[in-house]
Amino acid sequence: MADARIQVPPQVRRGESFEVKVSIRHAMETGYRVDDVGKPIPRNVIRELVCKYNGAEALRVDMSSGFAANPFLQFYLVARDSGELVFEWVDDTGTRGSERAAVNVAG
Amino acid sequence: MSPLHRAAVLRASSIPVLAAVFAAVLIYAPSAARAQERAIPLPELRSGATFTGADVRAMQADDFSNPGMLWVERGQKLWSTPAGSGQSCASCHNDAKASMKGVAARYPAFDTAAKRLFNVEGRINACRVDRQKAEAFRPESEDLLALTAYVNHQSRGTPIKVAIDGSAREHYDRGRAFYYRRIGQMNMACATCHEQNFGKRLYAETISQGQPNAYPIYRLEWQTVGSLHRRLRSCLFGVRAELLPIGSPELLDLELFLAWRAEGLAIETPGVRR
Repeated sequence: MADARIQVPPQVRRGESFEVKVSIRHAMETGYRVDDVGKPIPRNVIRELVCKYNGAEALRVDMSSGFAANPFLQFYLVARDSGELVFEWVDDTGTRGSERAAVNVAG
Repeated sequence: MSPLHRAAVLRASSIPVLAAVFAAVLIYAPSAARAQERAIPLPELRSGATFTGADVRAMQADDFSNPGMLWVERGQKLWSTPAGSGQSCASCHNDAKASMKGVAARYPAFDTAAKRLFNVEGRINACRVDRQKAEAFRPESEDLLALTAYVNHQSRGTPIKVAIDGSAREHYDRGRAFYYRRIGQMNMACATCHEQNFGKRLYAETISQGQPNAYPIYRLEWQTVGSLHRRLRSCLFGVRAELLPIGSPELLDLELFLAWRAEGLAIETPGVRR
């Protein structure tokens, strides 16, 4: 069910840093809530998110109940070669998701 | 002096029968004209966004930080996903950017063939069942919200203008009556907050005019996207009234009145609100 959106600049210059934004549709159920009849709702958060830049790990996030629903992350990478960013994540139910975005390096 | 007061004065006069006739005329005549009176003049209509903080407005304005866009994108995928008989929305309606442009601005609309009032959610589900031969989406399900958000998003910027003539008229009248009727243990009408007291505070919240132009909205309180009917149920809960089901005839009639009341406000879907 998880969908994600990634934003990178259309073109970046070699050696310079660029901004990466990612937003994932996920309820990030904390595990602290109960349903209408008082039954606890089991925790289900994205527990790990990895971003790879041309195969090399660029970012790893250990996530937990403290993250808001539909988490939004923003970070910077240094442009080396053209290629792609691959985001992969897994939640507490074992559901995996992934999304990719192209990086165009000039110069 | 209101018609009721005039009637009372007349009734106190020495000719009771004539007074009753006068009273009937006085009460009836203005009520027909009042049925389309606007409590908030059109130029003074304000989207709910203008009652929120700068941070919430910025979140809505930037298409990447607006979390509602996650649902719009999911809706875009669903638009071309075959269902039931193997047809997708796109099989008939082609590119939504052209075919769905402006549609949300004229909904809810009365369908003369089906003889009923449809909002966008209802129309999508009717299409799914009758044309795609698929199962209807559950009310408030992620897929229905996503598809509705995608369809309504195509009308972003289009001013609302719904038809309330012909068969839609009785729905409008019922919606209007509901809007001004005091309900619930708090004995409040929609108008009590959203017409007489908008702009003032209700605890930490600024009361808005209750405009329907940004639905489905991403509400930070919900941490997800929800429909107008879900929001209306929040208000019903707030005044301690009976919680009408999502998609119920009463809420549909009210939705039509709200859309008429919001005439000229631009569609903002997906809106972001606290």
